[in-house]
Amino acid sequence: MSRDMIMDIVRLVLYVACLVGFAAFNAAYLSLLERKLPSWMQLRRGPTEVGPWGLLQPVADGLKLLSKQILIPQGADVLLFRLAPVMVAVPGILCLVTIPFSETIAARNFNLGLLMIFSFGAINVFAVMLGGWASNNKYSSIAAARVVAQNIAYEIPLLLVVISLVMSMHTFNLHTIVDQQAGGFWHWNILALKVSPMMPIAFLIYFTCMLAETNRAPFDMVEAESELVAGAFTEYSGMGFGLFFIAEYVNIIVGSCVGTILFLGGWDSPFGFLPGLHWFLLKMYALSFAVIWVRWSFPRTQFYGLLNLSWKILIPLALVNLVLTAIMLKLF
Amino acid sequence: MSIDAQSVLNETFVLNLGPQHPATHGVLRIKLTMDGEYIMDADPVIGYGHRMHEKMGENRTYAKFLPNTGRMDYVAALFNGHGYVGAVERLAGLVVPERAEYIRVITSELNRISSHLLWVGAFLVDLGGFTPLLYCFDDREQILDLLESVTGARLTFCYYRFGGVSNDIDDDFVAGTRKFIASLRSRMPMYDAFVTKNIIFRKRVEGLGAISAETCRKYGATGPVIRGSGVAYDVRKAEPYSVYSKFNFDVPVYTQCDCMARYLVRIAEMGESMRIIEQALDTLPAGPVMAEKVPRTLKPAKGDCYFNVESARGSFGVRVVSDGSENAYRLKLRSPCFSNMSLFRECSRGMLLPDALALLGSLDLVIPDIDR
Repeated sequence: MSRDMIMDIVRLVLYVACLVGFAAFNAAYLSLLERKLPSWMQLRRGPTEVGPWGLLQPVADGLKLLSKQILIPQGADVLLFRLAPVMVAVPGILCLVTIPFSETIAARNFNLGLLMIFSFGAINVFAVMLGGWASNNKYSSIAAARVVAQNIAYEIPLLLVVISLVMSMHTFNLHTIVDQQAGGFWHWNILALKVSPMMPIAFLIYFTCMLAETNRAPFDMVEAESELVAGAFTEYSGMGFGLFFIAEYVNIIVGSCVGTILFLGGWDSPFGFLPGLHWFLLKMYALSFAVIWVRWSFPRTQFYGLLNLSWKILIPLALVNLVLTAIMLKLF
Repeated sequence: MSIDAQSVLNETFVLNLGPQHPATHGVLRIKLTMDGEYIMDADPVIGYGHRMHEKMGENRTYAKFLPNTGRMDYVAALFNGHGYVGAVERLAGLVVPERAEYIRVITSELNRISSHLLWVGAFLVDLGGFTPLLYCFDDREQILDLLESVTGARLTFCYYRFGGVSNDIDDDFVAGTRKFIASLRSRMPMYDAFVTKNIIFRKRVEGLGAISAETCRKYGATGPVIRGSGVAYDVRKAEPYSVYSKFNFDVPVYTQCDCMARYLVRIAEMGESMRIIEQALDTLPAGPVMAEKVPRTLKPAKGDCYFNVESARGSFGVRVVSDGSENAYRLKLRSPCFSNMSLFRECSRGMLLPDALALLGSLDLVIPDIDR
């Protein structure tokens, strides 16, 4: 074996370890943020007992989930029931492979990175549906049916927006997409009015679809704790539930990363100071913050409201954006 | 069409909602016959919290039943006490000092506000919005503190006595109540901005769960439910009891019949309650808070008496039949929640599950009040 190949394997293992670590760390501390942030909005203090300022709370949560017995309900499809949490967590982490965090920090620089992220993102839906169906629980089955309808409805405007971007940037390579937006915030896609005058709206469509795709409030039809107890996750206990939980946060991170790369210029600094990685993380966490912020500010939409929003507002808007982009590209 | 194909097309399943389910706020169980997410039939099964309050009222002395009253509708416990005490007083011919009546009105209306605040929070939780609950509880906490200072309890009050109230209110309570009213008034615009005007909230509840006035009458619904259906029925106006006739207040009525109307009725009622409390505090007469010479063991003369109060959920009635002994011969409690719940079956037919649960939430059911 040549030296290069060994180095490649070592690098690969390192990448995987780093990505899993990154995903787990973010899931853990986003879950803490998810408890701290609403507590500030809700006249409470959130977790304070475990560690200083509750900083070790995610560790305690993780240990608790690990120590719990995983119960499999009677009549459940055991294989699918056990497989679903894995299937929901792994694609999310795999998506991180292609994300360039700065000019130099990226696990793999794929030419079809964007495509890969969206294809892995679709597995998530499949897994939640299987988990809900395999639980042999009526609430879970209802949630499983909901997740399919919801994700089909929201994948379309999401991809329409992304296609319009790909058309103007001529690439699926995330690295190149960021490079093309370099040179200050007026070059970012969110303000690329020359590409399509609807770009800020396209960003809003992307953000809305991201909320729906990650099953976050106000589109958390799948969990809907006041209607379906815990929706598709009702029968999951212990780390099975924990993996769904981790996947939710990893998906938020991936969604925020892609949003940052596509619309907010990735690691590009708007004013010139601070290294790129800082800016990337700043933008990414700002988006994640917004996701949590929205959850605790709005009640849940109703299912037909959710579908109406997608089919009657978002998809037409995204289509108009696509056509506009095409016209602008032809004209200029 | 073959029988098989037909049965596939008409496929329904039974969803057993409760007795432990986050949306039923207690031990209510609803057997739902569902077609997908549509409700074909909803059959409420009650009685999981049945404690035989009526029977208990018949095999113990009148005074010994007083603590029971706080344990039926525990969210608005004072009204139950008021209904029972009022019925027994009417039966025994006791005259309540004016100050005691004023105190009853003040504490009852405080209890009404606290109940409505809790409902606003719980309703929003039903709709998936958690944050308002904490703000409602923050405001409600002040009421509980005030009531605790005079009644000694925070939830299951047992404050009203035959012939008065057990404890006089002091200047601290009066000042604290005024302070609370000022603070709640300053908070109302916030609720208005973040809840009433919230686009998702409006989209959800406007036009949702229509209950016609006719249906309300059919099932005997009262309180905010019937007032949200355009019927201006309020026991405080229809058959004024206590000293309610001395105060100026309006009965908020909305004619849209939907969940939004019931929400708006309750929000408006909080304002009216604050008006009543302010007037009562301004004109609070001096004097004793207990009637003189109330016997230790009441033995009302033979008779039959009904007393109706406007609880936070509707008309709460107590019928007491006395045979002259120290126990009631018959005690009948008419709880508003039972009647309000009865219309759920008819109104939820054909609704989607989340909508039906929003409708259920808008009825403001307290399950122990149904079960008694």
